[in-house]
Amino acid sequence: MNKNLLIAAVAVAAAGLAAAQTAPSGPKSAGDGIAEYRAMLADGNPADLFEAKGEGLWKTKRGPKAATLEKCDLGQGPGVVKGAFVTLPRWFADTQKVQDLESRLVTCMETLQGFDAAEIAKTRFGQGEQVNVTALATWVAAESRGLRFNLPQGHPEEKRSYEIGKRVFFFRGGTHDFSCASCHSEEGKRIRLQDLPLLTKNPGDGVGFAAWPAYRVSNGEMWSMQLRLNDCFRQQRFPFPGFGSEITVALGTYMGVNAKGAQSIAPAIKR
Amino acid sequence: MKHLPSPTLASAAAVVALAAVGALLAGCATGPSEAELDRQALAAVQASFRDQGIAKVDRIKQDLGQSACSSDKPPSDAVAERISAQARATMKWPTGGQYFGDFREGERIAQSGRGMTWTDTSTATSANGGNCYNCHQISKTEISYGTIGPSLYNYGKNRGVTDIMAATAQPIVEYTWMKIYNGKTYNACSNMPRFGHAGLLDEKQMAHLMSLLLDPRSPVNQ
Amino acid sequence: MPDPMRIRAQVAGPAATVRVLMSHDMETGLRRDAAGKVIPAWFIQEVTATHNGKQVLSAQWGPSIAKNPFMQFNVKGAKAGDKIVVTWKDNKGETRTDEATVT
Repeated sequence: MNKNLLIAAVAVAAAGLAAAQTAPSGPKSAGDGIAEYRAMLADGNPADLFEAKGEGLWKTKRGPKAATLEKCDLGQGPGVVKGAFVTLPRWFADTQKVQDLESRLVTCMETLQGFDAAEIAKTRFGQGEQVNVTALATWVAAESRGLRFNLPQGHPEEKRSYEIGKRVFFFRGGTHDFSCASCHSEEGKRIRLQDLPLLTKNPGDGVGFAAWPAYRVSNGEMWSMQLRLNDCFRQQRFPFPGFGSEITVALGTYMGVNAKGAQSIAPAIKR
Repeated sequence: MKHLPSPTLASAAAVVALAAVGALLAGCATGPSEAELDRQALAAVQASFRDQGIAKVDRIKQDLGQSACSSDKPPSDAVAERISAQARATMKWPTGGQYFGDFREGERIAQSGRGMTWTDTSTATSANGGNCYNCHQISKTEISYGTIGPSLYNYGKNRGVTDIMAATAQPIVEYTWMKIYNGKTYNACSNMPRFGHAGLLDEKQMAHLMSLLLDPRSPVNQ
Repeated sequence: MPDPMRIRAQVAGPAATVRVLMSHDMETGLRRDAAGKVIPAWFIQEVTATHNGKQVLSAQWGPSIAKNPFMQFNVKGAKAGDKIVVTWKDNKGETRTDEATVT
């Protein structure tokens, strides 16, 4: 009995070894190769530079009121930054609206530091105070790295934001009849060689909503979620979505609620 | 020592508070109806976008083919048929029956994803590409292809097209033209941009794409 | 004053691994702006690193190095508490020096 078992065990082991030796180590798929390249890039993510800048901006006296942002309430109470990113967008009593990270940062820059929120909203990404909003968003996101998304949906406005976001997600329009759903409503699809996350459900840890802000290597730019949405709409051949506008926040609510439980890896690195 | 409110005052206050909460909860429980949310979403869309470059807000005024397909649920058969009928009515066949062009030009058009964004400077069709590889596999040698749409590799070959001028090929020639001109003709909620109807490509460009897909000499059919 | 570098230095066996992230546009001088004008070349030309004051690395860079460049190198014999100082100088003469302690 023991001898038979031993022979069987050796036979299985030998078969395993033989299989390993004869298994073809064929060429990598294009997708695998790109994934490897991205993993190599992840060490030394230039997003670190924006993170450092954002932290400095939070703690520096700036603006007409010469104040820091250290009393800014991102939803967890004034000055509480850790954990705030994974609960945004959410409803705020002082502004009586659902706000995402960037619009909330701009609110704080106005109320605490005296900047003109409307002026910042009109400023192009990568210019003027928008550069600072991006850096701040990068740092705030970094303070929640590894935490899991858990947007509140208790307030009626938060629920409404989700419902609006869902409808906007499926809104077909523009010259090409595209909606967000055209690219992001089916599992396992890609545009050219770029994998597309499924955003109608939880796409998984570090994917989709959980991966922005991100540093884009291809153009050397730090992209916040507002910029990511802006460029999506540009590619969809839509007109220009206002910075922090209702539909951009609603889309954030829709994606963020769908991503409940997903681990944030922001700020991440992208092609 | 703190004075506590009298028992009767406290319970009265409690009743009022509970009633208020009850009223609030009753209001929350129902919330806006689906139709009301649809209306609010449309209003939010109108309010959130502005003109930029060549991309104007009239682009998000939806026609039936767009609005009926703006949900995770498909439209009813009746509405789908209306959309397809409207699409059929937009059809324009190529001048002089010139369905075909140069498949090499077709490959170039298929490779280009340019045009019609707010960073493009002209709405002229000459400035536009077909965006085709973004969603489809087409030739065998181009590995950078998307999977949003079905593979078009061997498109003509798989459909038995050996002579594009033959009468037997005519049905597939017309089908392919209609699919590129206005995909909603066959599929009300198609993901295909309506290249002809929306003025994205002119008939010469579409003819080049026809050759790419159907010409037996095209690399697609090797 | 150019933006600071991020330097991490960790002991790994008989050496320390130093990772440096530099903030720099690294313009090649070959790109043109929207108006068609050439964007002037602006890139780091020289990088040096010292370990407890002694130079351990010297590099000459050109326009092919990426924007916001990342560099990693090993320093033999470096121990926890040692000081690593990195300096870069670009073609406009701007310079930046930052330091880190090996952990």
